[in-house]
Amino acid sequence: MPLKLDLSEFEVLRDTQKCIECEVCVRQCSNDVHEFDTDDSRVYSDSIKCVGCHRCESLCPTGAIKIKKKDPEFKENYNWSITHLKNIYKQSDAGGVILTGMGSDRPNTVYWDKILLNASQVTNPSIDPLREPMEIKTFIGRKPDMLEIEKGDTGYRIKSQMTPQLELSTPVLFSAMSYGSISLNACRSLAAAAAEYGIFYNTGEGGLHRDLRKYADCTIVQVASGRFGVSRDYLENAAAIEIKIGQGAKPGIGGHLPGEKVTGDISSTRMIPEGTDAISPAPHHDIYSIEDLAQLIYALKEATDYSKPVGVKVSAVHNIAPIASGIVRAGADFVAIDGFRGGTGAAPQVIRDNVGIPIELALASVDTRLREEGIRHKASIIVAGSIRSSSDAVKAIALGADAVYIATAALVAMGCHLCQKCYTGKCNWGIATQDPYLTKRLNPEIGTRRLLNLLRAWSLEIKEILGGAGINAVESLRGNREQLRGFGLSERELSILGIKHAGEAW
Amino acid sequence: MRERHGEKVKKIFIEEQYCIGCRLCEIYCQVRHSKSRKILKAFRKELQSIVSRVTVEEIGYNSFAIQCRHCADAPCVDACISGAMIKNENTGVVICDQDRCVGCWSCIMVCPYGVIKRDISGRKVASKCDLCFGEEVPVCVKNCPNEALKFTDTDPDTASAKLG
Repeated sequence: MPLKLDLSEFEVLRDTQKCIECEVCVRQCSNDVHEFDTDDSRVYSDSIKCVGCHRCESLCPTGAIKIKKKDPEFKENYNWSITHLKNIYKQSDAGGVILTGMGSDRPNTVYWDKILLNASQVTNPSIDPLREPMEIKTFIGRKPDMLEIEKGDTGYRIKSQMTPQLELSTPVLFSAMSYGSISLNACRSLAAAAAEYGIFYNTGEGGLHRDLRKYADCTIVQVASGRFGVSRDYLENAAAIEIKIGQGAKPGIGGHLPGEKVTGDISSTRMIPEGTDAISPAPHHDIYSIEDLAQLIYALKEATDYSKPVGVKVSAVHNIAPIASGIVRAGADFVAIDGFRGGTGAAPQVIRDNVGIPIELALASVDTRLREEGIRHKASIIVAGSIRSSSDAVKAIALGADAVYIATAALVAMGCHLCQKCYTGKCNWGIATQDPYLTKRLNPEIGTRRLLNLLRAWSLEIKEILGGAGINAVESLRGNREQLRGFGLSERELSILGIKHAGEAW
Repeated sequence: MRERHGEKVKKIFIEEQYCIGCRLCEIYCQVRHSKSRKILKAFRKELQSIVSRVTVEEIGYNSFAIQCRHCADAPCVDACISGAMIKNENTGVVICDQDRCVGCWSCIMVCPYGVIKRDISGRKVASKCDLCFGEEVPVCVKNCPNEALKFTDTDPDTASAKLG
């Protein structure tokens, strides 16, 4: 065996008392960890190939398999952590950029966890959302400077010129994931769940598959630097358009879908020849300034007859506040900000773990800046980048967001176990793969059902939290930072977040 | 073909595009038709004597589970020389009464789906899907992790496509 310094990350523990040699694990593992030995009539496992996706563990009918984390016990060294050593072993072996998938797993501060919500006591009544009306409907889009109402023959009506809006039944949307990065069955699940629940899903930059055209009313199509699949039909079969400038997991980095994955449907959906690399350049080659961005925004608005909102997605970087201000002034109807911990199908690990800023700080500073400049109403803010629960969503809204984008949470609902191997195309859960043997594993009927359950559960929880705080509409929570208190945060962090420390009162 | 009396009965159907070839249907079928009905005991002590009545057919990435279709004009019933193979007039279910079966394999010869198996663990008898008599939902359907197996009175292939 050649010298191999990189060690296995997981250990497959098989309880031979329970193993019935049914070979379900053998058939389910796309990494060829398990093998049935006909001579010994036993299943043997090669732990070094295990990525920790837990597919075998989940499907084993007797619970004989346990996947255990296996950290080599090197001499303890706080500075030279195992992660650093493993990376160096890998790189000195292969000489390349370390690729990874999903959001950063580094133990950086998660500000959501350092923010607490308020509840009513004595001086204002809390509300029971199961017995009293509670409104969490949300509108995404540019709001008029002033709302004028006039009395008509049949009642009151809005006199002000309104711009197109997206109506969401709950302040959550499915974030951009392209067909190519995820399977068509995963796209189908997202689209069908969005349609049924009254929210929106985002095609990402991979074009719009013909089977998904019927979900046009709940589709946000993306126009990214590669312009894949962008056509008249594409723009018309959407409820909104999003110009993608950046992604939280890899700010400043483009995308690259290798030619071998550009087959049949993917090639026709992306409108590029089969077998050619799908390269999304790092920048848009026609956008070098806010003025250029304005041109693209208005070109898309013209192309769609000003009938749908056009937004811009950027990753949270150091100067996000003035960038967002520029985007709003350039005419965007919504700004999507993707934070440092946002997910991806493939990104260089060094970029994912080191570039960008946390979404909480980015959101607070953008909301503050737009308010100061008096243009907050001109665009909605959607935040993305690791919204893990309904409480994260509520905290985001209280910090100033209109709605949140979820992607990792949606994938987890469909079975993802965050093994971070999306870029290998071997996803055992049938999500981040195009292998027909694997994509079958995600039955869109089940995917849709699970996503709907998640949306329903989060909506109920959002209502509970609002009710507890004595608020009966999500509109009254938006930017209501008085509902938030930080704990364990420095003065500077609190001032950027614009919230008081726990214990501070009026 | 219609069932007798024009009644629709529930059958097992496979949506082969979602069959993942895990063969858990076969495993649970074996457990259900073991003496102990306990997975560990069945596989440790009885495996030789239990035949799975459902089979997963596989070529490349295409796979599907198939078991007795409980045909309206079941040829196995006509072919049976001992009167063991019976079609229940009310439910439409085709059952092999193993006490009466003489193991001549005539049914196996005529079955157009090849879903009748030889059980030679004891006295030779024909073994086939009994829709898990006594269970509300057959165990293969209940334990299919991807819901590719359906227990319904409408063939999902003929029903209009539900999703994209």
